[in-house]
Amino acid sequence: MRILLMGNPNVGKSVVFSRLTGVNVIASNYPGTPVEFAKGSMRVGAEKAELVDVPGTYRLEPTSRAEEVAVDMLKEGDVVVNVVDATNLERNLYLTLELLQRKIPMVVALNLWDETKHTGIKINAEELEEILGVPVIPTTAVTGEGIMTLVSRLPEARKGSHEAEDEDLWHRIGEIVGRVQKLTHRHHTLLERFGDASVRPGTGIPIALLVLYLMFKVIRFIGEGLIGYVFEPLFETLWKPLMTKVSLLLGSSGFLHDVLIGKLVEGDIDFVESLGLLTTGLFVPIGMVLPYVFAFYLILGFLEDSGYLPRLAVLVDNIMHRLGLHGLAIIPMLLGIGCNVPGALATRVLETKRERFIAATLMAIAVPCMAQLAMIVGLIGKTGAKGLGLVFGTLFVVWVVLGVLLNRLVKGESPEIFVEIPSYRIPYWNASAKKLWMRIRSFITEAVPFVLVGVFAVNILYALGIIEFVGKIAAPVITGMLGLPKEAVGALIIGFLRKDVAIGMLAPLGLSLSQLVVASVVLAMYFPCVATFAVMAKELGAKDMLKSAGIMVLSALLVGSLLNLIL
Amino acid sequence: MAEDREMALTAMETGQTGKVVQIQGGRGMIGRLEVLGIRIGRELRKVSSQFMRGPVVLEVGNTQVAVGFGMAGKILVEVTE
Repeated sequence: MRILLMGNPNVGKSVVFSRLTGVNVIASNYPGTPVEFAKGSMRVGAEKAELVDVPGTYRLEPTSRAEEVAVDMLKEGDVVVNVVDATNLERNLYLTLELLQRKIPMVVALNLWDETKHTGIKINAEELEEILGVPVIPTTAVTGEGIMTLVSRLPEARKGSHEAEDEDLWHRIGEIVGRVQKLTHRHHTLLERFGDASVRPGTGIPIALLVLYLMFKVIRFIGEGLIGYVFEPLFETLWKPLMTKVSLLLGSSGFLHDVLIGKLVEGDIDFVESLGLLTTGLFVPIGMVLPYVFAFYLILGFLEDSGYLPRLAVLVDNIMHRLGLHGLAIIPMLLGIGCNVPGALATRVLETKRERFIAATLMAIAVPCMAQLAMIVGLIGKTGAKGLGLVFGTLFVVWVVLGVLLNRLVKGESPEIFVEIPSYRIPYWNASAKKLWMRIRSFITEAVPFVLVGVFAVNILYALGIIEFVGKIAAPVITGMLGLPKEAVGALIIGFLRKDVAIGMLAPLGLSLSQLVVASVVLAMYFPCVATFAVMAKELGAKDMLKSAGIMVLSALLVGSLLNLIL
Repeated sequence: MAEDREMALTAMETGQTGKVVQIQGGRGMIGRLEVLGIRIGRELRKVSSQFMRGPVVLEVGNTQVAVGFGMAGKILVEVTE
């Protein structure tokens, strides 16, 4: 049996989903689309059922890709659990009535039930059940209230008794709401006042700056803490002695030794510089990058689940307009900081091809992913804040200037922002934890193998003399324009595979601070890593990807040369 | 008198409430606004506006919606308070 969880966006559908399913939740893409949804399993009586968290939709006449998917999925479901926001009954009933017209067995979960109390709403659920002809169960998914009843009444799902033509749907809804809902006077809560304050420019901008500042402070605190107190000690005290033995066993040198352990630095294994599969190949993704990825997704998840991001989108809408985008484009940019792959996927929140092209290009060029960031912080951060300031300051200027240029040059139109702003909610830890886990798992299963391939490729390319060869050919550009030693070409080659490994390869070159800055900026800009490239090519199409890549290479060379001249 | 109080959402003051009297848009736009509760006859409150023709945030029922400046200019309301 397949059960579909359907409802408007922001009705707590994911929380209901996480309440109903166990730990085996997988995120997958709907075939042929970039739309992601979660799938899990649950028990209904003695039967095992598949539960699908269908992307949120306001109605069954799709206006976006995600809504198209929602409508498509409807054909493949046996039962629908329609999650309804009890505090917005009228608006939510539109989808409910449309679903009833489709004659699919259904139950309604009247979610956010606890919030109706302090918002002065009284709904007669029994009467609503009678009118709709399907079970209506009040739930508060965050606390678990009503979830047991929902599960036990699932077998009662039925087709309902509602008959209304499209034309008078709103009229019919008006009648229903009039009968089952009573409103009483109420006062605005503190959270609601804060909600208003965070979209008014006078108060909202300071709040936004504070939020972003705290976000980066906390990420750095957690990331550094995990590295310094957990991962580095683990690698140094447990893994290193073992690897040293393996190194001796392999005779401390030779091809196999170099591939597995890498080159010894002053007779010792160096987890960053040795470049062996079992040393650098594991240490970079797990010991240096994972802690930051974890910290980033923890904080991002909080911002997403609390409902802050749409408010941030409203505040930055103005700035984004200058770049040919609108406020919601801040979401792919923020996600891109975690990893450019989900960032590129998230460009689909934008409506037109033009916007998606600009957003994906800007993100791929000027937004370094957490893996790269962690390595830059690890490498340049040691020398103080100046180097980091130069790298990120440059990237920010590139982001703005390039955005303004693209806005002038790229044809097409950019529509305006139009988005619901959900009320602030305290995230439900279980749902947030599941999402965090899904993201961490996809980092481990997707990034770690790529790093290993990258490290392996470095060894092969060195052994075959290819890096030296390309280095000689590219010397005029690398040395002449960018002011880097020709060995740095190795990092640029490997940067196609993994940017974190590439930054790590700069470590043994003994670069000056200015050279490190130039190399970091160029590595961030010149091309996306292969995973991002693949996703972007799919999202933008071959022709636009080619254009985007051209812009990347040119602007990286230009900015790199300029930096080399100035610094 | 009623005409004096009829204006676009963009001209409303923050905190004012009004009743939607006209939406100057095609079926697509009307449909998108409708499902978020913005329909002719509905009461709404303007929550905020931004500098330099930024989006307008409005509240209908318990829903808040951010609407771009251009679109907000096409929603006409009769100010009630």
